[in-house]
Amino acid sequence: MCDGMPLPVNPIPLKERMKIVRTHMPELDARVRSQNFQEVNQGLVEADALTEATRCIACAKPGCVVDCPVGVKIKEVVALIHFGDFLGAAAKLREDNSLPAITGRVCPQENQCEGGCVLGKKGSPVAIGNLERFVADFERESGQLGLPENAAPTGKSVAIVGSGPAGLSAAGDLIQKGHRVRVFEALHEIGGVLVYGIPEFRLPKSIVKGEVDNLRRMGVEFETNVIVGKSVTIDELMQDEHYDAVFVATGAGLPVFLGVPGEHLNGVYSANEFLTRVNLMRAYDAEHYDEPVYDCRDKDVIVVGGGNTAMDAVRTAKRLGARTATLVYRRSEAEMPARLEEVKHAREEGIAFRMLTGPMEMVGDEKGWLTGMRCVQMELGEPDASGRRRPVEVAGSEFVLPANVAIIGVGTTANPMIQSTTPDLKTNARNYIVADKETTRTSKVGVFAGGDIVTGGATVILAMGAGRKAAKSIHEYLTTGLWELAAELAR
Amino acid sequence: MYKIVEARSVGLNIKQFEIEAPRIAKKQKPGQFIILRLHEKGERIPLTIKCSNPAAGTVTIVVQGIGKTTSLLNCLETGDSILDIVGPLGKPSEIENYGTAVILAGSVGTAMALPTASALKQAGNHVVFIEGARNTEMVVFEDEVRAASSETYVMTDDGSYGEQGLVTKKLNELIAAGRKIDFVLAVGPVPMMRAVAQVTKPLGIKTMVSLNSIMVDGTGMCGGCRVLLGTQSKFACVDGPEFDASLVNFEVLMQRNTMYREKECASLKEFQEHKDEEVAELRAEMAAEEKHYV
Repeated sequence: MCDGMPLPVNPIPLKERMKIVRTHMPELDARVRSQNFQEVNQGLVEADALTEATRCIACAKPGCVVDCPVGVKIKEVVALIHFGDFLGAAAKLREDNSLPAITGRVCPQENQCEGGCVLGKKGSPVAIGNLERFVADFERESGQLGLPENAAPTGKSVAIVGSGPAGLSAAGDLIQKGHRVRVFEALHEIGGVLVYGIPEFRLPKSIVKGEVDNLRRMGVEFETNVIVGKSVTIDELMQDEHYDAVFVATGAGLPVFLGVPGEHLNGVYSANEFLTRVNLMRAYDAEHYDEPVYDCRDKDVIVVGGGNTAMDAVRTAKRLGARTATLVYRRSEAEMPARLEEVKHAREEGIAFRMLTGPMEMVGDEKGWLTGMRCVQMELGEPDASGRRRPVEVAGSEFVLPANVAIIGVGTTANPMIQSTTPDLKTNARNYIVADKETTRTSKVGVFAGGDIVTGGATVILAMGAGRKAAKSIHEYLTTGLWELAAELAR
Repeated sequence: MYKIVEARSVGLNIKQFEIEAPRIAKKQKPGQFIILRLHEKGERIPLTIKCSNPAAGTVTIVVQGIGKTTSLLNCLETGDSILDIVGPLGKPSEIENYGTAVILAGSVGTAMALPTASALKQAGNHVVFIEGARNTEMVVFEDEVRAASSETYVMTDDGSYGEQGLVTKKLNELIAAGRKIDFVLAVGPVPMMRAVAQVTKPLGIKTMVSLNSIMVDGTGMCGGCRVLLGTQSKFACVDGPEFDASLVNFEVLMQRNTMYREKECASLKEFQEHKDEEVAELRAEMAAEEKHYV
């Protein structure tokens, strides 16, 4: 499909299209998949993708595009799918999203594109996420990658710190502008949270590797085992290694613990540690890999939290053979920030949900191994600062849940490593980097920041959105040399 | 990949490796460590840096073969490579002119304490180095220790070399002789560090210990290395590895270090049974990686 050519009109009458029922994403059987790490969603077949694309009524003002954090031209992508031009659809997607196979799998579509779909008002929205995944997978499997061409070299170079979604999407945009781009990663594998955090059954490592390989083909350089702030500082990157701009996309990496007694008992993990051991270090394949993780077989596992990380951890524990895998959350299910699909999948897999339950203490045996978690029943009170109803303890309702493993997945906070070695980089009271929302510029000339290290823990797509904004702003800076700052940063 | 430019045996089951790692060599300071991974299926383990040569771009580490990974590492020779090395990690030792500084190091801990001892001596301290080892075969770097200190004692558990007894025996003797001690650093097995803390805490002598908790990433991301200091939780990888000994809860440290004991033992046993195959497999992977890099 050539650029600029108007898309043909879907000949099926609107009323007919609206009668089509939303296609179903084929899934592995819950009993089978809860015993292995294979991907749960199997992907749409071609016929279903065509049917699903036909459902789109091509609104004049598409809400899906408005509600997409990176502004993917969804209406055009879906139209291209409808006419069977899957590679054209993939290329169209890549204009705004360099990691479609990933976002098609992990975006909370119900709050974004699909939330804005007008069909959702009366029935089910177009399955945009499933379609996105379909075309990205189709393109990869076809071997005919529609990689965009890079502009002529500008002679400028950009260092990107962190290879998570923000860093990767910025890299993809900047390399196309003709800049030299080098991504620094602290761990031994590229992908950040996409490889250490999100489990294989939700986002296979091969998919991430495929997207990273695409960036390599486009010319992006990667250097693993570099901790900026330790192995090299931002100033050294700019002065000694002559980078013209630096994009800090390090994520919110520090785990938050509960601060209750007993958190040093053996068997208590942060979700970061548990997931890193299992995902990045492949501890689930104990026969072949050396990194150990607690043997969950026939044990009771409790995960504390209500977000996607907690959901990933509890479903991972189940797959590692836990006798009981229980999610403990101090609010009610309605307040859980996890994606709806993850909650549905978790229920199908036999995860127990204990809502309105607050952890009070980790209880252990005389050798320091966890045996249980003392909890208290909660009820919902008045709304708090987040707008959600505040959980309040019910007096005298304490009880102990048996547990051999407790995994704390209640959030993360900023890692201070870069901030502490870059004195002129302004941070806020919670140690997040202060950066302009639109331009991602920081208080330090030539340094940009985006993703979780600015906003606090959020989603893959929001980090990617920040990466795109950063790329645009860095390109502007590198071509104009101008550095204007928002008032709060200039101070 | 990180090339081993020199590998040599320095004691019973203890080997020293000089490895090409220019970024780390340039930044390393006494007290810091690295994390390495030998092959694609390997675990990440922390190891302290003995010294570095920024001009040559190399770092030197000393490894005692205790578990599977350290035993496999100790099978490597000059010219072999290590898949991943990251660092320098942790906070450097605090170097000040305290007056008289006593360093107590157990066996392979001597390598970790050496750069700090040198730096303390250079800062004007009278450095007393007490090196302890199980037996004569495990006494390492004696010449370097003597060069890095103003006063040197070697203690062996069995009396096969130097004086018989634990390092704390010598520390107690110095205290009993009325020596004024302004600073103590202990690096070694947890029971040894705890014993040192028990001696110095009642006397109010500022004492630091270098803690060896279990780690994964080494950047503060996982929290697996958390240690209890009084009622406060700290991460050994980013807040340490050196901590004020008077605050460290050594019982919790020992308990947490047993987390994977069973697996470690099983893994080591299996390695010992298939040692030659494991080493051959590792070298094959190295060769494949080498090709990949060209």
